[in-house]
Amino acid sequence: MADNILVMSNITKEFPGVKALDNVNLQVKRGSIHALVGENGAGKSTLMNVLSGTYPVGSYTGTIEYDGKLCEFKQLRDSENFGIVIVHQELALIPELSIGENMFLGNERKGFLGIDWDETFSQAEKHMIQVGLKESPTTLIKDIGTGKQQLVEIAKALSKNVKLLILDEPTSSLNEVDAKMLLDLLLEFKKQGMTSIMISHKLNEIAYVADEITVLRDGATIETIDNTNRNIDEARIIKGMVGRDLSDRFPSRKHSVSDEVSLQVSDWCVQHPLYREKRIVNNVSFKVHKGEVVGFSGLQGAGRTELAMSVFGKSYGNDITGSIEISGKKVHLSTPKEAIDHGMAYVTEDRKGNGLILSDSIAINTTMARIKKICNKFGVIDIDKENNVAGEYVKKLNTKTPSVRQKLGNLSGGNQQKVLLSKWMFADSEILILDEPTRGIDVGAKYEIYCIINDLVAQGKSVVMISSEMPELLGMCDRIYVMNNGEIVQESNAKDATQESIMKAILDSEKKEKADKETVAS
Amino acid sequence: MSEKAKALKNRNSSAGSILKKYSMVIALVVVFVFFTFLTEGRLILPQNLSNLLLQNAYVLVLGCGMLLCILTGGNVDLSIGSTVCLIGALAAQMLANTGLPAILIIVISIAIAGVIGIAQGWLIGYVHIPPFICTLAGMFLFRGLGRVVLDSKTIPIQNQLYLDIFTRYINIPGIDTEDLKVSAIIFGVLAAIIVTAGTILGRIKKRKNGYAMENGTLAYIRVALIDALIVVYSIQLANYKGISVMLLWIIAVILIYAYITSKTAFGRTFYAVGGNEKATKLSGIDPRRVYFSAYLSMSLMAGLSGLLVAARIGSVNGDSGSSYEMDAIGSCFIGGASAYGGSGSVVGIVIGAILLGTINQGMSIYGLDNNWQYVVKGVVLLLAVVFDVVSNHKTGKS
Repeated sequence: MADNILVMSNITKEFPGVKALDNVNLQVKRGSIHALVGENGAGKSTLMNVLSGTYPVGSYTGTIEYDGKLCEFKQLRDSENFGIVIVHQELALIPELSIGENMFLGNERKGFLGIDWDETFSQAEKHMIQVGLKESPTTLIKDIGTGKQQLVEIAKALSKNVKLLILDEPTSSLNEVDAKMLLDLLLEFKKQGMTSIMISHKLNEIAYVADEITVLRDGATIETIDNTNRNIDEARIIKGMVGRDLSDRFPSRKHSVSDEVSLQVSDWCVQHPLYREKRIVNNVSFKVHKGEVVGFSGLQGAGRTELAMSVFGKSYGNDITGSIEISGKKVHLSTPKEAIDHGMAYVTEDRKGNGLILSDSIAINTTMARIKKICNKFGVIDIDKENNVAGEYVKKLNTKTPSVRQKLGNLSGGNQQKVLLSKWMFADSEILILDEPTRGIDVGAKYEIYCIINDLVAQGKSVVMISSEMPELLGMCDRIYVMNNGEIVQESNAKDATQESIMKAILDSEKKEKADKETVAS
Repeated sequence: MSEKAKALKNRNSSAGSILKKYSMVIALVVVFVFFTFLTEGRLILPQNLSNLLLQNAYVLVLGCGMLLCILTGGNVDLSIGSTVCLIGALAAQMLANTGLPAILIIVISIAIAGVIGIAQGWLIGYVHIPPFICTLAGMFLFRGLGRVVLDSKTIPIQNQLYLDIFTRYINIPGIDTEDLKVSAIIFGVLAAIIVTAGTILGRIKKRKNGYAMENGTLAYIRVALIDALIVVYSIQLANYKGISVMLLWIIAVILIYAYITSKTAFGRTFYAVGGNEKATKLSGIDPRRVYFSAYLSMSLMAGLSGLLVAARIGSVNGDSGSSYEMDAIGSCFIGGASAYGGSGSVVGIVIGAILLGTINQGMSIYGLDNNWQYVVKGVVLLLAVVFDVVSNHKTGKS
């Protein structure tokens, strides 16, 4: 019988309205590297949060057996005491503190009076050598790159006597060289007997390091694939990740794409707002016709949101170059207001962060982007008219709320999303850029959002849809662009595209880039 | 009646929601009644009622300006007490030492306040200096300048036209007598008629357009109470000296700010920036302009307060206006403005300011030590903010 360090059985975790995990089982062999794969929202991070005690015992059902003992973690610290340490995708380091201080934050080396700094820094140095980080432990975090910061996180885990290391997308913000180094480090740890769980989107990396691969889809375990011989085919993993029934998840639509181009973006380049030398969007050209839904697929960090926001009145980035034509006329959009005045709308992926004002009412949010429509020429608002138009949209989009003066924060995610769409529909937008329009909302509400999108294009409006859910793009779009590393790597008609072909385009471009780099290097 | 209107009606008429909506009004009534008994009715003598508003004129005017700053995200302006001093000092010196007409001096003074506002607004909005630090610097700067202008002296104001513009009591020969200023009652009745007519016309318009309406009984009870309050207050004023011009200034400022914040697209931008600045920006509103406007309006109100206070006290010295900013901030928070921005109303501030004023005056009349007044003020402010945070937490706002 295999020696399992961790057995998670029948884990079910529900959030209001969503079943994030449904009877998930996970077995991890001692001394192995176990990969966890699945699409965004498949439940990988939720599962790891259950394991680490971030979601305390009682908020989920099922059992966790670690090292042969039944465990009930009430908080993060409980699991850390057992040597289970999670390194999150978003690094939890404090930029203004040194490497050593960060490593022992909340776990300080105490001396006779207060913190023993000599002990702190010598311990830090010891763990830094283990991860191959050549820096002084007194260097500030803000002065080292993301690759090294990732290593600090791992060194921090080592300082907690880690036995089971969990890495959530450890290489997502690293370049090829740093990523390779990190993976080799994991293999080195494995030799020393440590167990790791790695969540990743990058299948080539998984094929390289993982002994076993567990595939999650829609909050359920699909299968666990053996990879001890490193002979796994990427296509095999993809099939596990995406293979699902597509029928009836999308409302049918008459495809009525006009020849008229409503938005044409050419040679679009955007630099990172802080690190100006870093190019986020590289020479991208695309067009959208009237009555067309155009999809943008790609992995997280491919530059899709950045592209959309930079086009929408330069809301993101620096040194933006390229040209935009709306309905054949060249325009310069340097503020969101100008973009809105030209009939453009950006429906953000982060509706709480930069889409809606949760402390205000539905009515106020609905009219916000074009409040002039309900004002007289002196800028005086007709509140009654506002309530009425907001009411019309509530009815049209089937938003569930007791009244239009209801505070938005009291609505569910799906209903908030509908209000966000109302806002931009009210703004008379002709070109709607929808960034992850169905993120975090339940299946029923998704269907309703799809219907709204179909209505919009039926009225001759244009929709650009950015989504990480490939089935959604395949089911809804007329055409699909695939982006990777800030470039468009494929354009295809939706009916010709498959999830496999999209994934392949992304992976091919990764390989090509890697090959290019190696040629340059040699 | 439509489904929606029914839902609205149900919501508005439930006792709990009424209690919550009018919690500050209820608190004010309780405090007022308490001090009326404590002072054996002296609080409601005509003279004291008149002074209640006039002595707190500066809090009301500054509070209106401060509301816009606080709405943008809990930001405050610490410099206004010093601005009050500086503007008062400039006006007093000009009145004493130049032959310029009083009206021109008033215009120049307000213009200088405007320049201060433009400078602070530009620094905060466009250069992104944190408001706390920028206005803290202004607090020192303008206090110092004010004392320089005064040359460390107390400058009296003797210009009769200037005093008339701000502090004169309205006295219409023929109808007003020494015992009873009938004009005050006429004003009061007119105001009550306007309030009533406004409500009725609003409801008629709503009915004509088929919009959802508030419960009629409730609306009319409220109007009746407001009318009664106005008429009673004006009768009390008539028994003292009548209506002061200063009262008209206060009412004008309150009405303008109430209108801007509740009825205009411009006013709504302040709430939007405080609610979610990023979303506001992506909705085509420039947050920099919003910050700029808030601090410009604040300084203009500080300038106006400087003139009002100088006229009411009759002189200006180096300590004029000190800690006024705290009174303004306090009344905003007592009046229900959120310390995180995005919510608050002019009506709330008026109630907050009167609540603070009532406590002050009540304790003075009762003969309580000045030091204890500070203690009580602190407790009231704390209670109000705790109430706000706790009740918002319950209703789901993080």
